Amino acid sequence: MSLNAQHTCYSFSVMQENRPNHSDFVQSSFILCRMKRGLQGNEEEDGGGTSAGPQKGLKQSRKRRTEEECEEEEGGVRWECLPQEILLHIFQYLPLLDRAYASQVCRGWNHAFHMPELWRCFEFELNQPASSYLKATHPDLIKQIIKRHSNHLQYVSFKVDSSTESAEAACDILSQLVNCSLKTLGLISTARPSFMELPKSHFISALTVVFVNSKSLSSLKIDDTPVDDPSLKVLVANNSDTLKLLKMSSCPHVSPAGILCVADQCHGLRELALNYHLLSDELLISLSSEKHVHLEHLRIDVVSENPGQHFHTIKKSSWDAMVRHSPKFNLVMYFFLYEDEFGPFFRDEIPVTHLYFGRSVSKDVLGRVGLTCPRLVELVVCANGLRPLDEELIRIAQRCTQLAAIGLGECEVSCSAFVEFVKMCGDRLTQLSIMEEVLVPDHRYGLDDIHWEVSKHLGRVWFPDMMPTW
Amino acid sequence: MAPNSIHWFRKGLRLHDNPSLREAVRGAGTVRCVYFLDPWFAGSSNLGVNRWRFLLQCLEDLDANLRKLNSRLFVIRGQPANVFPRLFKEWKISRLTFEYDSEPFGKERDAAIKKLAMEAGVEVIVKISHTLYDLDKIIELNGGQPPLTYKRFQTLISRLDPPELPVETLSDALMGRCVTPISEDHGDKYGVPSLEELGFDTEGLPSAVWPGGETEALTRIERHLERKAWVANFERPRMNANSLLASPTGLSPYLRFGCLSCRLFYFKLTDLYRKVKKNSSPPLSLYGQLLWREFFYTAATTNPRFDKMEGNPICVRIPWDKNPEALAKWAEAKTGFPWIDAIMTQLRQEGWIHHLARHAVACFLTRGDLWISWEEGMKVFEELLLDADWSVNAGSWMWLSCSSFFQQFFHCYCPVGFGRRTDPNGDFIRRYLPVLRGFPAKFIYDPWNAPESVQAAAKCIIGVHYPKPMVHHAEASRLNIERMKQIYQQLSRYRGLGESRTQRTCDATHLLLQDNLLCSTHKHTLTLHTECLSNISPLCYKRSVVKSTLLLCGEVLKMIERVLKKS
Repeated sequence: MSLNAQHTCYSFSVMQENRPNHSDFVQSSFILCRMKRGLQGNEEEDGGGTSAGPQKGLKQSRKRRTEEECEEEEGGVRWECLPQEILLHIFQYLPLLDRAYASQVCRGWNHAFHMPELWRCFEFELNQPASSYLKATHPDLIKQIIKRHSNHLQYVSFKVDSSTESAEAACDILSQLVNCSLKTLGLISTARPSFMELPKSHFISALTVVFVNSKSLSSLKIDDTPVDDPSLKVLVANNSDTLKLLKMSSCPHVSPAGILCVADQCHGLRELALNYHLLSDELLISLSSEKHVHLEHLRIDVVSENPGQHFHTIKKSSWDAMVRHSPKFNLVMYFFLYEDEFGPFFRDEIPVTHLYFGRSVSKDVLGRVGLTCPRLVELVVCANGLRPLDEELIRIAQRCTQLAAIGLGECEVSCSAFVEFVKMCGDRLTQLSIMEEVLVPDHRYGLDDIHWEVSKHLGRVWFPDMMPTW
Repeated sequence: MAPNSIHWFRKGLRLHDNPSLREAVRGAGTVRCVYFLDPWFAGSSNLGVNRWRFLLQCLEDLDANLRKLNSRLFVIRGQPANVFPRLFKEWKISRLTFEYDSEPFGKERDAAIKKLAMEAGVEVIVKISHTLYDLDKIIELNGGQPPLTYKRFQTLISRLDPPELPVETLSDALMGRCVTPISEDHGDKYGVPSLEELGFDTEGLPSAVWPGGETEALTRIERHLERKAWVANFERPRMNANSLLASPTGLSPYLRFGCLSCRLFYFKLTDLYRKVKKNSSPPLSLYGQLLWREFFYTAATTNPRFDKMEGNPICVRIPWDKNPEALAKWAEAKTGFPWIDAIMTQLRQEGWIHHLARHAVACFLTRGDLWISWEEGMKVFEELLLDADWSVNAGSWMWLSCSSFFQQFFHCYCPVGFGRRTDPNGDFIRRYLPVLRGFPAKFIYDPWNAPESVQAAAKCIIGVHYPKPMVHHAEASRLNIERMKQIYQQLSRYRGLGESRTQRTCDATHLLLQDNLLCSTHKHTLTLHTECLSNISPLCYKRSVVKSTLLLCGEVLKMIERVLKKS
């Protein structure tokens, strides 16, 4: 089927080239086919392009089709008269390229191809051959979308590779989205944070085009970008009633005051992701004010810029206010710190639910986690020293009664302590991801029998995670 | 008339447990053992000098062992497909034997040679001896698809009969009346070439840490077993500073070139275990090293694109960065992370690194820090690593870069902490990076953090005598963990299929914050365990969306097809 389609599409495109006044909508599906053809290499191009046969056959079939329009086919079904809603429904399941192929079949389907419903959600992939292995969205398709469908776009994301050109291209598109009303915008750096390499003013002016024109922005993901306080003010001025999600980890040009302004004005904000340096008592108080809806997610990245960095503390009273206001909110914390930088953390009770230690974390800190994190649901420890974490884990099992998932990387736990931990948590452990090396055999359990013992307490088959011995 | 045989050596460079070689001499009048070397290929291939040296030593050893049986090795310059027809005629050959090669390109090559041989009226005998099992049987048992998790693989293995026993070593008795006609000028025509002849500059080349050959392999396996018997502990040895160094009991390069039979190793391990543990039956984990190898061979045997991301049905498409400068720094041990650079130096100098060291550098190159494609790392290993086999190398890289096989990716090896825990004193680094020798243990893993006075005292200024770290690890791993989550969350979106799912992606909550730190891969794994679905790669989910769409509107698509056909 696909081979067939490619050939046919190709011949269509040949026809298009010969016609002086083709319409826009044929044009864009033609672009898609041409893109696909580019991927297929030259062989097919030679095969389909030079011969006149397919063209001729096609014209004939077109003619016949108009004659027979809406007449009963052999199968007895009148496909051209398939109601638009049903066609739309079917098209929603097809990837863009397949929709483009289908749009070549008849006018009705071509019309369906351009229905606004199908263009609400679009992902621009901006890659350069020099910096990415993946194909980019074809520039002609981008042009077509801006021209024909920008007012239909609602959920838009940009996937940008590590090159500055790609980030620039994303900004160019953004600044052309003047007559659209986005609900969701995601700027996603797929390799390195390339938006950070743009001149700040260039990025800001493109981003604020969206803020100003889309008055009902609800989700915004702008991690690793040079967004700054004044641009957040523009966001607040235009979208304060609708903004529900804001994800802006590692945006170095935003200050605590900048994010506080967002929290003060956007009372519908339910999900927020930012770096620890933007987190303040004032912010938590603002998020827990009466006017503010319940917060659902707060994600904090704690990243060390240079070793020995000093981190501020957050008052227990601020966290308490937060929990009182939003008793069910998830506090997700990612730590990427050196061991000696944990001083200010886990001194007082903290309502963290999901805790991720990306670098080595000391036994001492993990001991404190057991004492200060009663709401803990999920815990990931990527690395620890060479001393076994036996007591720490058991304390966590005792005190963190919500704990449902745990992942351990380069740590050590004795098999007995681990079995004890699993026994205490029982079947509430829905995820248990332990590297095999973590488990140190002792007098009671060896590596070969531990999975039986653990499976028994979990009530399902469990194995440690393994890495290849190579 | 007794047949005249050729035994074609490729891997399996040994006389012990070599069933196809055994077939070559059975009842034969003459036997000639050949190995094909393309001298032009040698110079331009991407195998490094250590790998060539190891191979040539294997061939020397093979020739020496054949001489003891009044035979010789015939090293033929040229391509098998070009040369075989001539040899068949010249030597009046009626039988060709070789070891089964499970890798897709090997299978293709062998099929062509088989055809040639049949046309020349030559009988072809092929035997499996590079792997423990008949891989096709494992795949058959798994419903026609290679297993994609190691657990599943183990389950399948436990349902198979144990591997066949090793066959007898080729000996005078086995040779019987079979002889090898050797000409006066054998050395000139068929001798094992030297590295110089292959165009390598050997001046200043240090002697081999891993000497190639069957004789060495058999000495090593005895030492290996002696040590195991002595510690009487069959569990995986805990990692320490010493395990990082090349060990005289290491076997992996010998298994790769087939200087050592995996079945011999398997049964020697079994015997020893029974002896030490008083006849209790050995657990599968005893054979870990052999089974991992088997696992990757099985995964690759039906997949010609196993070493690529594009077009490889089991590989997740990850938007890796193309960055030749960063790749070069990694490959040339100039990352500025002593732990990484020491490992890469050891790899280049000696051709072997410990498997945890492989994890460390592979993680650093791919998902951990540099976000560079695993294919690039695989190519560097192919050049430098003695035991890099196509299947095992590509499979391990996919594994370590979290591109396949459903493993966890929450955990990245830290290029500072991981080494420090293994070798707190930093002796390994001092050995391979003498420039850092003067640093105290406190700073040897992160010398850029050492005060200037310490750097001056160590006679090594960071940024002058040794590079500054090429990435900020904390920041890079934060970014990369995010990237990975993005990819896997996107894949997991396709899991539910059904309408509601598809529409939900168009909801306003499109960018919902995800709070699951352990990520979706784990769920895939669970699905695999419980439902025993053996072969659904995350990518297949995407495909199955298309498939289910096809089912859903199958009629309509048939219609499209019909219309397209008409036109």
